[in-house]
Amino acid sequence: MTLTEKLRERISRAFYNHGLLCASYPIPIILFTGLCILACCYPLLKLPLPGTGPVEYSTSVKDYSPPSPDGGLQHGDLSERPDWYVGAPVAYIQQILVKATVSPWQKNFLAVDVFRSPLSRVFQLVEEIRNHALRDSSGVRSLEEVCLQVTDLLPGLKKLRNLLPEHGCLLLSPGNFWQNDRERFNADPDIIKTIHQHEPKTLQTSATLKDLLFGLPGRYSGVNLYNRKRVVSYTVTLGLHRYDARFLSSLRARLKLLHPSPNCTLREENIIHVHFKEEIGIAELIPLVTTYIILFAYIYFSTRKIDMVKSKWGLALAAVVTVLSSLLMSVGLCTLFGLTPTLNGGEIFPYLVVVIGLENVLVLTKSVVSTPVDLEVKLRIAQGLSNESWSIMKNMATELGIILIGYFTLVPAIQEFCLFAVVGLVSDFFLQMFFFTTVLSIDIRRMELADLNKRLPAEACLPPAKPTGRSQRYERQPALRPATPHTITLQPSSFRNLRLPKRLRVIYFFARTRLAQRLIMAGTVIWIGILVYTDPAGLRTYLTSQVTEQSPLGEAGLPPLPVPGGVLPAGDPKIDLSVFPSDPVQLSENQTQQREQKSGMDPRSQGWPRGPEGKGNGQTELGTEAEVTWGAEDEEIWRKLSFRHWPSLFSYYNITLAKRYISILPAIPVTFYLNPQEALEVRHPQEVNRYHPFLASSAARLDAEVQPDQTSSKLQSHRDVTLYKVAALGLASGIILVLLLFCLYKVFCPKNYGQNGLSHSRRKRGDLPCDDYGYSPPETEIVPLVLRGHLMDIECLASDGMLLVSCCLVGQIRVWDAQTGDCLTVIPKPRLRRDSSGIFDYQESWDHSPDTKNGLEDSFESNHQLKRTLNPPQPPLFCDQPDLTSLIDTNFSERVKVPESETRLRSVANRQKETGYDFSSLVGKVYQEHGTSNSMTFSGFSAPHGQAAFCVGSGSPRSRSCGTEEGICGNRRRSLGDETFMGFDKASSLPSWGGDLESSVWSLELQGNLIVAGRSNGKLEVWDAIEGTLRSSNDEGQSGITALVFLNNRIVAARLNGSLDFFSLETHTSLNPLQFRGTPGRSSVPSSPVVSSLDIIVCQLTHTVSCAHQKPITALKAAAGRLVTGSQDHTLRVFRLEDSCCLFTLQGHSGAITAVYMDQTMVLASGGQDGAICLWDVLTGSKVSHMYAHRGDVTSLTCTTSCVISSGLDDVISIWDRSSGVKLYSIQQEMGCGASLGVISDNLLVTGGQGCVSFWDIGYGDLLQTVYLGKSNESQPARQILVLENAAIVCNFGSELSLVYVPSVLEKLD
Amino acid sequence: MPRLEPSAWSCSGAARGRSKTQLASKADEMLGNSVSSPSLTLVGHGARTSSPSSTLNGSQHLVQRSVVLFVVGAFMALVLNMLQIQRNVTLFPEEVISTLFSSAWWVPPCCGTAAAVVGLLYPCIDSHLGEPHKFKREWASVMRCIAVFVGINHASAKLDFANNVQLSLTLAALSLGLWWTFDRSRSGLGLGITIAFVATLITQFLVYNGVYQYTSPDFLYIRSWLPCIFFSGGVTVGNIGRQLAMGIPEKPHND
Repeated sequence: MTLTEKLRERISRAFYNHGLLCASYPIPIILFTGLCILACCYPLLKLPLPGTGPVEYSTSVKDYSPPSPDGGLQHGDLSERPDWYVGAPVAYIQQILVKATVSPWQKNFLAVDVFRSPLSRVFQLVEEIRNHALRDSSGVRSLEEVCLQVTDLLPGLKKLRNLLPEHGCLLLSPGNFWQNDRERFNADPDIIKTIHQHEPKTLQTSATLKDLLFGLPGRYSGVNLYNRKRVVSYTVTLGLHRYDARFLSSLRARLKLLHPSPNCTLREENIIHVHFKEEIGIAELIPLVTTYIILFAYIYFSTRKIDMVKSKWGLALAAVVTVLSSLLMSVGLCTLFGLTPTLNGGEIFPYLVVVIGLENVLVLTKSVVSTPVDLEVKLRIAQGLSNESWSIMKNMATELGIILIGYFTLVPAIQEFCLFAVVGLVSDFFLQMFFFTTVLSIDIRRMELADLNKRLPAEACLPPAKPTGRSQRYERQPALRPATPHTITLQPSSFRNLRLPKRLRVIYFFARTRLAQRLIMAGTVIWIGILVYTDPAGLRTYLTSQVTEQSPLGEAGLPPLPVPGGVLPAGDPKIDLSVFPSDPVQLSENQTQQREQKSGMDPRSQGWPRGPEGKGNGQTELGTEAEVTWGAEDEEIWRKLSFRHWPSLFSYYNITLAKRYISILPAIPVTFYLNPQEALEVRHPQEVNRYHPFLASSAARLDAEVQPDQTSSKLQSHRDVTLYKVAALGLASGIILVLLLFCLYKVFCPKNYGQNGLSHSRRKRGDLPCDDYGYSPPETEIVPLVLRGHLMDIECLASDGMLLVSCCLVGQIRVWDAQTGDCLTVIPKPRLRRDSSGIFDYQESWDHSPDTKNGLEDSFESNHQLKRTLNPPQPPLFCDQPDLTSLIDTNFSERVKVPESETRLRSVANRQKETGYDFSSLVGKVYQEHGTSNSMTFSGFSAPHGQAAFCVGSGSPRSRSCGTEEGICGNRRRSLGDETFMGFDKASSLPSWGGDLESSVWSLELQGNLIVAGRSNGKLEVWDAIEGTLRSSNDEGQSGITALVFLNNRIVAARLNGSLDFFSLETHTSLNPLQFRGTPGRSSVPSSPVVSSLDIIVCQLTHTVSCAHQKPITALKAAAGRLVTGSQDHTLRVFRLEDSCCLFTLQGHSGAITAVYMDQTMVLASGGQDGAICLWDVLTGSKVSHMYAHRGDVTSLTCTTSCVISSGLDDVISIWDRSSGVKLYSIQQEMGCGASLGVISDNLLVTGGQGCVSFWDIGYGDLLQTVYLGKSNESQPARQILVLENAAIVCNFGSELSLVYVPSVLEKLD
Repeated sequence: MPRLEPSAWSCSGAARGRSKTQLASKADEMLGNSVSSPSLTLVGHGARTSSPSSTLNGSQHLVQRSVVLFVVGAFMALVLNMLQIQRNVTLFPEEVISTLFSSAWWVPPCCGTAAAVVGLLYPCIDSHLGEPHKFKREWASVMRCIAVFVGINHASAKLDFANNVQLSLTLAALSLGLWWTFDRSRSGLGLGITIAFVATLITQFLVYNGVYQYTSPDFLYIRSWLPCIFFSGGVTVGNIGRQLAMGIPEKPHND
């Protein structure tokens, strides 16, 4: 044993033990693994969240000097210094934060006055800044030297060309909106519009132009119509390319001097350096997205290979979780040991996953599921693990080796990648061993439990665990479907891999979960919400206006509130409004008049922040004194900007901040107090006009109280209009959405999904059949042709495509038209049972009649008389019979020619239909003339009919003699005819048909229009299906006929006593009258001809195998010239059909044979009470395969070209691979429907259920469709299903038959 | 790393102002484009020159495969181009897109054609040699291979190497590792090397004739890592082509 082998042995053993451990204690191990993962991921909490967010670092202003470009050692002691803080920043940002207010505020001011005059001061300020120069010993330094010179804007930004500075200092202020031109500003009629014209309409995370120019977020600027505080803030932003402390401090000092901010408490200590990470543009995003797509494809293709497990998805998820958490663990562990990741995690992540891979997981799964199924789960896991241990270890070592090679590339990034990969690989191995193996063991156990239930029984050695398995399985499921009749459990086999209609699966999945609809719905709701909220005419402005309406600056005040009169000054709108437009200069007058207002009520003043309430009159007359406050929130107002603010600003000039930093200097506070006069001066006339109409019209009113209401109502109506607009928009989009969803729904569910109102009740009544995906295809309600008429349960059913014959327990046979469902014949007609005696009488009398013609006439007469005499209470039966005497042609010599000539044309198969000279047609004509329905083809009529034919036949002596020119068929017929006539010597009279009512029909066959019925008393009868006449009868055997085969002209009857009778059915067109006469027919020859038309049908026993089986024959099938019998004596026998020679006796079953199938390919399938199915080769008599199929009898058996389909007493339908005998899958049927199955085509199986039939795709085990037959809720199980040729099926529901055409299934056939 | 960032940035204004774009950075981007794009394009050139592919299966199947390969190749070309165009992509997508499509419109079709030819060539040669490729024949492996190929490109585009020799050596090792991990066939190695050689030749020729140029050529007129990229690209496309040639219906159900 070499070292390798020893190692291998040891590894394998270790894995084996480990597998046992994992499978034995799954839950503790999973918990342990989870704890490990969490513990290893804990250090990740300290890591900054990934993203492109900027990083800050602040230094003191005092001794600031730009860091050396080489990241030198002068600040080596500062350990917290980030490594990006190297070299000069891209720019220094100096913001001059301006707060301005109009003070004192006057009530008659417009809302625009809040910001118009403060904004107008920006031009002055900008001028001051621009012109600032530092004069010191070294000369004069102006801003131009210090500031950041910018060049062209990017060519894509033409619309911003006039707004952002070009070819000069980067100096941004709100004045840029007006090109820093005071005149322009003064001429601007609508400031708000100017400011907002460049605002994007959509959601945008990056900085907008307003933010850029104002230098602070829009909502802090106070430039809107609803500014309650009436303080306007903006900044002048300066970009400096170098830090000149003296220049900046002089600028600061000067501005502070010019515009002092008395209560400013801003700490101006720190310079904030903001480092921007690499940006991800679209060009980088696309490769990134591609790598992720590749990653997902990889994961998909990998996990797709997981097979033969209980829950594919569960295991796939576990595999992905394994890989992901191993990566997280690796990062966490690396962080724990002081290795901070520097790579972009999002970028290298897919590669890490691909390197670590899912292969081991798949190999493990495959290895475990390929262990012997009958082992215990523990052992399976252990064995599977140990089988693959060597290759897993080898792969692991290889990968580690490759990665270690990568470590020696000495490229830092690759080294880091390799380090992560190594740690990830190790932790992945750990997780595979502990987490995934345990999950796999749980899965395998679940599958075993489910599998045991489906395992088949004839394995006599059912371990006691299996019943518990079954009960456990039932415990698992009942919550979902308590009485699950239709669960199809697919045996995981290779067959399942061939599923083709994957797209259908997907579509069904979508249809089932309505995933797309839900996603679209949610998305649209969110979208509408966003739209409504952010729309300029939308909710947000509405809400703000609602809020600000409470304030006096809303201009449209609230209705007057009952406020105690003495306390509040009363506003007299009429007065102050009449004053206001007159002359803005008359400020003093204004004030004096305001003073008068205090006596009244001023509703609009009550909400003022620093209202006159409780203050002296003096303050009120000055209006409110606004005070600009500087708080901590102003200190670094740029922080409130979007983090993309600076990058986007610089990107306009094609300067990237990626991986670089800017330094933001402490802001310089500037405060403006503007007096009201100033505010009035800068007012634009159009503004006055715009707001004038409201006020003027209201001023015209004398009623002071009405006026605010008016205004408010107008404004209100204005707002309402926008609201209605939004509402209408929303409604329209809602409608479109609904239509869209509807279309989608239609697309996804092309069938009448849920359209049936009945489906819900059905669902309650019993669970819908569904396939193993839980998908129930749409059920279809089809109104079948219900064939009613039988009194008792239907016992036998036979069809030849055109006709349908059924027989109930009492022995009544009904013939139906398979196309229309009409009942053509009833055999025997119940009320005619007693007639038989009359016919007997007649026949006896006829035998004695010397002359044919007389006899006939006599017989007719006597028949009529007899009928009348014997059945006086039944007049309708015969009183409506036509007088047929006119049909009797006594000129026999003429009549013979016709039938004879036509006989030549006849073939054996259709001889009944093409009877040359058909009496029935004649009779029918007469019947029609007689005015009675000719459907009354009761049997009583057949006797005279037959006699007439006999007469005809006997009247043509030459026909036989000169019939030699007929073909083989004719020859044979003639020879048989001889036999018949010979038999006639011994033959008794016509059989006593209908006399055996006590015996029930045990078997039934139909061919052409001949029905062969085997009765329990051993009698074989041949009936004409159309006319309901008994054509032939044989009651030689006394033992009941258990099975019949009617093939061409051969009838084989298997009897209860195990004997097998071969009959041949022959037809004769004519009979020799002499011989006829000579055959008075009193002998006991088995076959006795009954002739309805010209044909004489002779059913003759040709051979009897008296002791084919020791026990009753239960099954009989014939095909390909072979006949197979199955008996209760556990054997099958194969006979040659032509000579009744027994070829083989097949032994192999350990129980009675219950079902036999044989087809033209000489493949024989047999099922027995032992639940086994044997496949035999009939040519050689050898057993091909032997399957233990059912827990109980095999009740029916059929084959397609590739499958064997069996059903058993255990109500399971199993589908087997015909060539290999491997069970493909099985379908659990409803109770009592076990035997009902039919194969419509090679790939379409129909099974019966409670009041329904289900169609299955045999190849895939998919439930295609469930068809409910009628709406009757008292549904009985379909006990028998007969497939007709034209894709119609006949189901046997108790005493009813349902004839169903399934066109929809037909479509699928093609 | 196809080009050196600082040089690209410092000389963005004047040196490389090319005719099509006004801004120097645009021109630079374009240069980046043309630097990176031939890597795939010339795989095609090489393959086309080496030998025409013969029809193995029905023409229908062949056409399907070539279409798939073409699409894959074109898409990869686009993506890898974008990978190479890094740093300071403007914030305006339409700009980027227009730049991308205007400057190198001929790249994706060429790469697609190249991919189709190579992808058909590999299984063809396999069958001629009579040694059908059996190593790791599954889509998951192919996906892994593609991912590694993209990773190699990614590394070459983004990582900072000390010098070109190191970069080239690393990439060569990675390419060989790719071949060993996913191919391991002599024919694959031979074909890959042939492709790399011919493609490099053609690139030299093109650059010599001034169709485009490289920022800092260190191997005659081109970059020394180009053959590695060609080689790994050839192996990857060959892998896809072989998997496609195997056909879809061969599911792994015969275990």
